[in-house]
Amino acid sequence: MCLAIPGKIVDIIPDVRSLALVEVAGVRRRVDLGLLEADKPKKGDWVLIHVGFAMSKISEQDAIEQMNTLAMLGEAEAALQEIRGYGLGEEENDQAGS
Amino acid sequence: MKFVDEFRAPELINKAADEIRRLADPSRHYRLMEVCGGHTHAIYRFGLKDILPENIELIHGPGCPVCVLPMGRIDDGLSMAQDPNVIFTAFGDMMRVPGMNGSPLEHKARGMDVRIVYSPTDAIKIAQANPDRHVMFFSIGFETTAPSTALTLKRAKSLGLANFSIFCNHVTIIPAIRAILDSPDMRLDGFIGPGHVSTVIGCRPYEWIAANEKKPIVVSGFEPLDILQSIVMLLRQLKNGEARVENQYKRVVPWEGNRAALAAMAEVFQLRPFFEWRGLGFISQSALRIRDTYAEWDAEQRFNVPGLRVTDPKAAQCGEVLKGVLKPAQCKLFGNECTPEHPIGALMVSSEGSCAAYFNYEHRKTAMLTNISASA
Repeated sequence: MCLAIPGKIVDIIPDVRSLALVEVAGVRRRVDLGLLEADKPKKGDWVLIHVGFAMSKISEQDAIEQMNTLAMLGEAEAALQEIRGYGLGEEENDQAGS
Repeated sequence: MKFVDEFRAPELINKAADEIRRLADPSRHYRLMEVCGGHTHAIYRFGLKDILPENIELIHGPGCPVCVLPMGRIDDGLSMAQDPNVIFTAFGDMMRVPGMNGSPLEHKARGMDVRIVYSPTDAIKIAQANPDRHVMFFSIGFETTAPSTALTLKRAKSLGLANFSIFCNHVTIIPAIRAILDSPDMRLDGFIGPGHVSTVIGCRPYEWIAANEKKPIVVSGFEPLDILQSIVMLLRQLKNGEARVENQYKRVVPWEGNRAALAAMAEVFQLRPFFEWRGLGFISQSALRIRDTYAEWDAEQRFNVPGLRVTDPKAAQCGEVLKGVLKPAQCKLFGNECTPEHPIGALMVSSEGSCAAYFNYEHRKTAMLTNISASA
């Protein structure tokens, strides 16, 4: 819950208000962009995700460092479990290779 | 993206450690509080205590939302779900937290419909899929999760979702810091400020600590290097007699915070006059309630909430540990009756709780070394 999970926006979902498809270490899930209304991320941008919501835009370097930090804390598996757990886009089931 | 199990920039870590030794006045004892449970976890995991000189003491702060929630609130939430028509939803972190008659997971084993969600919006989906049942989401967290709850409430309202409510247990970090500074048995020299809470609230709200309490505060990232650099920045200020807010985590935390998140919170929540924190007691204006304009989705207004007050098990000293008066291992139950496998207090449940962090890294390490020396 308190983990900030870095993800890359691979698609903005058309017709659905403020949802994006985000990839985290090969797992793709839908994430809510509603808290970044003021500075909307685009396809290819990196974001930090908390409980299914993108909370801030970050650089690719910061994303890699944050993922390393999670791995070092032994939380990487929990982070991926959280991402897999988001119920907003099961239909996108892990289709991307890592 | 690969997972790398090693410290980034070891040469910079050594440099920061040297700088800390250079800045620390050997005639002084420094007490620095890391407010955030994520920092507590990182400090133990990376063994940062072993890098620091002995006269720098790190005090673990109240920034673990699961840990500071009084047991009565868990029992209040579970009491609403005694009704078989209610589906109890919460983040996984909540599931093993003990209530008076067991954790949510134990209630599930006894037949209660308890479901883990990873996002509050998933609770909305469960409500849509079960129109004949009522779905209650037990929300917890500081300002990192409160904005997501706010947007979820706004969605529920715009959908006109009648079978959904939120039991709001969100707390705010600044009043907790103020309460700790007011506590007479607590002497602190400075604060390592929370990283991800600050992406939402920014750095400005901490300025009163610097201005009124004359304590430096450095908002910090979570890597070993981030935490050491933040300690360098604190020691520099202390050496120069300064007390300012600094942002070590500029790459993620904007000084002004996230305005959209703050606006969503302001629309949906208002401050409670007071709220009870485990270990810290009642703190005025330290928690959020749902505004009356959203009363239809407020579990506290829809259900008869008993308002239970449950005292912690007498022998458990969670309160003293939370305030930093006792170290985890000084609690009588630590490592014997209370372990991460069988937690008695919430500090042992969450990986961000100081007892669990201490047990998983320090205690196991010591036990291992003792075994090795005993068998040698």
